[in-house]
Amino acid sequence: MSNKEWPLWEVFIRAKQGLNHKHVGSLHAADHQMAIENARDVYTRRMEGVSIWVVESKHLHANEPSDQDSLFDPANDKVYRHPTFYVLPEELNHM
Amino acid sequence: MTERDVLSDYILHLADNSMILGQRCAEWCGHGPVLEQDIALTNIALDLIGEARSLYHYAADIKGGSATEDSEAFLRDVLQYRNCLLTEQPNTDWAYTIVRQFFYDTFHYHLHKQLSESSDARLKEIALKTIKESTYHLKWSSEWMIRLGDGTEVSKNKMQTAINDLWEYTGEFFIPSETETKALEMGIGADLSKIAPLWRSKVEEVMEEATLTIPASNYHQKGGKKGLHSEHLGYILAEMQYLQRAYPGAEW
Repeated sequence: MSNKEWPLWEVFIRAKQGLNHKHVGSLHAADHQMAIENARDVYTRRMEGVSIWVVESKHLHANEPSDQDSLFDPANDKVYRHPTFYVLPEELNHM
Repeated sequence: MTERDVLSDYILHLADNSMILGQRCAEWCGHGPVLEQDIALTNIALDLIGEARSLYHYAADIKGGSATEDSEAFLRDVLQYRNCLLTEQPNTDWAYTIVRQFFYDTFHYHLHKQLSESSDARLKEIALKTIKESTYHLKWSSEWMIRLGDGTEVSKNKMQTAINDLWEYTGEFFIPSETETKALEMGIGADLSKIAPLWRSKVEEVMEEATLTIPASNYHQKGGKKGLHSEHLGYILAEMQYLQRAYPGAEW
């Protein structure tokens, strides 16, 4: 009997039309088809979504946590980058 | 039998199939080979039990009096249960579970396709809802048939063993009981003779892709539809009905 683990997949769910896909978690599956089905069973049992994306975790690349300071701190004091000086129309819900 | 008796008996037969298989699938809860499949099978169990509930509820309404969906599910004994023998076969291992599911899903899907054209409005509605669930069940079990049949030597052998053992329980689907014949005449029931070739061709298609062999035997067990069950059903009901038998009317 083989003890090889199935590869890990990251799951992204779109909660409803018009919203973007959000990372909801990860799971194991033998291939992309099984990953989508597993995601359906694990992450959409309570009507959480209308669309599923899966990507094998090994294809995701992340920044080095040690680069935290140089990557993110410089944005900290640049308040003028926030478009807080505009009045948004009321019908814009997801900005 | 009056038309009312035929209808309630027919609906109970449909309900019992899904109830008992749902109970079997639920036995996997917490024991699945991987977490994701544990949840998948539990979802399927809940779909089947949900379908059974709608049907029991309907049967109880037809019977009237003190009948409820609970009394239909929990207070009828082995001889009154009308499920096909396949649905009560033990889980044994993952291969048996998948094969049993695949044989049932294929039947279940085509059955409800037909029932969605039933002249009985309530049955039709239940069928339309069930088709959606059943379509997914069939996709799920078909893919497992293919994965494991066309997998390793070990998985293939396990699948073929399960197929050879369960094959004799598949013919019963298509041997109409008196109730089924009358329900068809009344325009409410499915025509099993039309489902049989559809079932066969889907099973052939999937098993060919799975590199599995269909047994040549034409011998088929029957009796479930008349209440003549294998030893297994008694144990299932003992577990399933224990609470309502020990504490009649208990609610939570």
